[in-house]
Amino acid sequence: MTEPNTSNAVLVKKLVLAVVCMFGFGFALVPLYDVFCDLTGINGRQINRVDASQTQLIDKSRLVKVEFATFTGQLSGWRFEAVEPFVSVNPGQMKAVKFRLVNLNKDTANIQAIPSVSPGTAGLYLNKLECFCFEQQLINPSSETEFVMQFFIDTALPKNIKVMTLAYTLFEVENQAVVYPAQEQNNDRS
Amino acid sequence: METSLPTHSDNHAAHHGPAKGIKRWLFTTNHKDIGTLYLWFAFIMFLTGGAMAMVIRAELFQPGLQIVEPHFFNQMTTVHGLIMVFGAVMPAFTGLANWLIPLMIGAPDMALPRMNNLSFWILPFAFLILLMSLFMEGGGPAFGWTFYAPLSTTYSGDSTALFVFSVHIMGISSIMGAINVIVTIFNMRAPGMTWMKLPLFVWTWFITAYLLIAVMPVLAGAVTMVLTDKYFGTSFFSAAGGGDPVLFQHIFWFFGHPEVYIMILPAFGIISAIVPTFSRKKLFGYSSMVYATASIAFLSFIVWAHHMFTTGMPVAAELFFMYCTMLISVPTGVKVFNWVATMWRGSISFEVPMMFAIAFIILFTFGGFSGLMLAITPVDFQYHDTYFVVAHFHYVLVTGAIFSLIAATYYWLPKWTGVMYDNKLAKWHFWCSLISVNVLFFPMHFVGLAGMPRRIPDYSIQFADWNQIISLGGFAFGLSQLIFLALLIKACRKKGEPVPAKVWDGAEGLEWDLPSPTPYHTFSTPPKIK
Repeated sequence: MTEPNTSNAVLVKKLVLAVVCMFGFGFALVPLYDVFCDLTGINGRQINRVDASQTQLIDKSRLVKVEFATFTGQLSGWRFEAVEPFVSVNPGQMKAVKFRLVNLNKDTANIQAIPSVSPGTAGLYLNKLECFCFEQQLINPSSETEFVMQFFIDTALPKNIKVMTLAYTLFEVENQAVVYPAQEQNNDRS
Repeated sequence: METSLPTHSDNHAAHHGPAKGIKRWLFTTNHKDIGTLYLWFAFIMFLTGGAMAMVIRAELFQPGLQIVEPHFFNQMTTVHGLIMVFGAVMPAFTGLANWLIPLMIGAPDMALPRMNNLSFWILPFAFLILLMSLFMEGGGPAFGWTFYAPLSTTYSGDSTALFVFSVHIMGISSIMGAINVIVTIFNMRAPGMTWMKLPLFVWTWFITAYLLIAVMPVLAGAVTMVLTDKYFGTSFFSAAGGGDPVLFQHIFWFFGHPEVYIMILPAFGIISAIVPTFSRKKLFGYSSMVYATASIAFLSFIVWAHHMFTTGMPVAAELFFMYCTMLISVPTGVKVFNWVATMWRGSISFEVPMMFAIAFIILFTFGGFSGLMLAITPVDFQYHDTYFVVAHFHYVLVTGAIFSLIAATYYWLPKWTGVMYDNKLAKWHFWCSLISVNVLFFPMHFVGLAGMPRRIPDYSIQFADWNQIISLGGFAFGLSQLIFLALLIKACRKKGEPVPAKVWDGAEGLEWDLPSPTPYHTFSTPPKIK
């Protein structure tokens, strides 16, 4: 041997430890990814939940077009639409829009709408006071429900963002075993 | 299989030779036996995965649906990819590592021989599980070898559980192989075999083994998350439960990009052994080769998102991944130029290993260039998920990794068996493979640029002519490999001219001081290193 060696057993232990650490690292990527996305807002999941006291002065110098997209995902027998497909607002201006949800099925269903904003970074400047997406909704069979979503856009919105799309996808929630992000506890992801 | 395997017994090993019959192969701890097992297993998997490619090309011979159902087509593309990556290329390199690393560093065997046996023998079961899943109700995995969520979670069949289990076994096998390689190279080098005297094949495998240890556990984590998302109600990749499907792609490609270097770095080592032998010159720029390999390994960890340009990343991130990806072409270029500089003014002879090595250098460089094109973010939006990508990674994996494996087999086969392979068959194999592989993969660039999507069993009528040519190339390439099979069986039955210890007159390295065929036990006393 050319140099004093660590024994095979020691080296194997170190390498096995490295393997275990990398297995853990794979799972650590999950919270790391969430933290990274929340800080940078790059994946459009970051939408601020605020209350009325945080409203701002209205920036009348520009208009931002906010489009609404609705998807029923894998569900069938549902109609889900925005009453107005888009609105134009001044940053800082409070706006309430309506969404209509029709359950054509014969069963009661527990529904949650998951929002997403594009471009992703625009999500950082979208403030919601009220949204049906904050909670799960128990929807009666063969019923039509109207929801109100109240929001305003932060005046700090970068000037190059003139249009943003807010998309909602419906998911049916089975009561067990679904882990929700901590929506009620903190405001960072709703 | 039993009859065609080479026997290593000779006079040296008469008193302490291999066991007889099937038990020899089941219980062996001999690095040469295990290397042989790995190589034959990889070759059988190569033919199995190749048969699936034939199904794919037969279906794509004409537009429309002729031969197989779309769902079965998807299973073929998926399992073809999995088998070729985890069943053919990786075990073949591990087989070469087993055979050659102890011979090259002057060690009597691998450092952990019993683990070596285990790491091979779990592998056939992994692929048995994967292949059997094709016959279960609902079919085998059909979500592509990349098993993107939600295809593999929400939309997959029940074979997903078997898929996950088999990937776990493959991963454990590779990790054990990698640990063995690292411990062997650290602790078993002959006196005087210093780090910078190691042959490049040993160096590249040493670095590859670290890549394996770093990323195979991440793959294991990814498949575990898919399993729990599908069966145990977690939501790692499901937006409904607060997860994110894009996260899957980040985790997968954090494994996936180093994985492609796992499949090519040992190939660089092989080419760095063959080119100097037949150029009759020392390898140009040995130390720069070592540093280039290490830089490629490092860079492979920070480029993964170039597979994901179309997922809607911010521009800053796209630029970062684009520039880092392009940076990889610098150390890779160092390697290509070093091989060319080694050949420069050498007295080159064109034996079959050298022919495959030269074909490797040229065609791998093609694959590298199309990789550079794909690295450019704005144009990647056009190339993404087209046959251009298929052409790119088949140039680097078939004419890259597979050609290097074939070259290695021709180069060391006479040393292993003690007889020269059938040179006429070998030349037929080379020319048939070289021509057909280009007929097979080169036109894929054209149909890809014209917009033909990958992984779809049907296509628009305007792609029909090229696809017919591609399929013909594919069938020809598949048949050419049967020549190789015939040649290997002939060589393993020791039909051919006996060869001297130094099979190639320009060869350097400890393995060429050993008699041919290699005795069952070698370097029981360490050799003297000059």
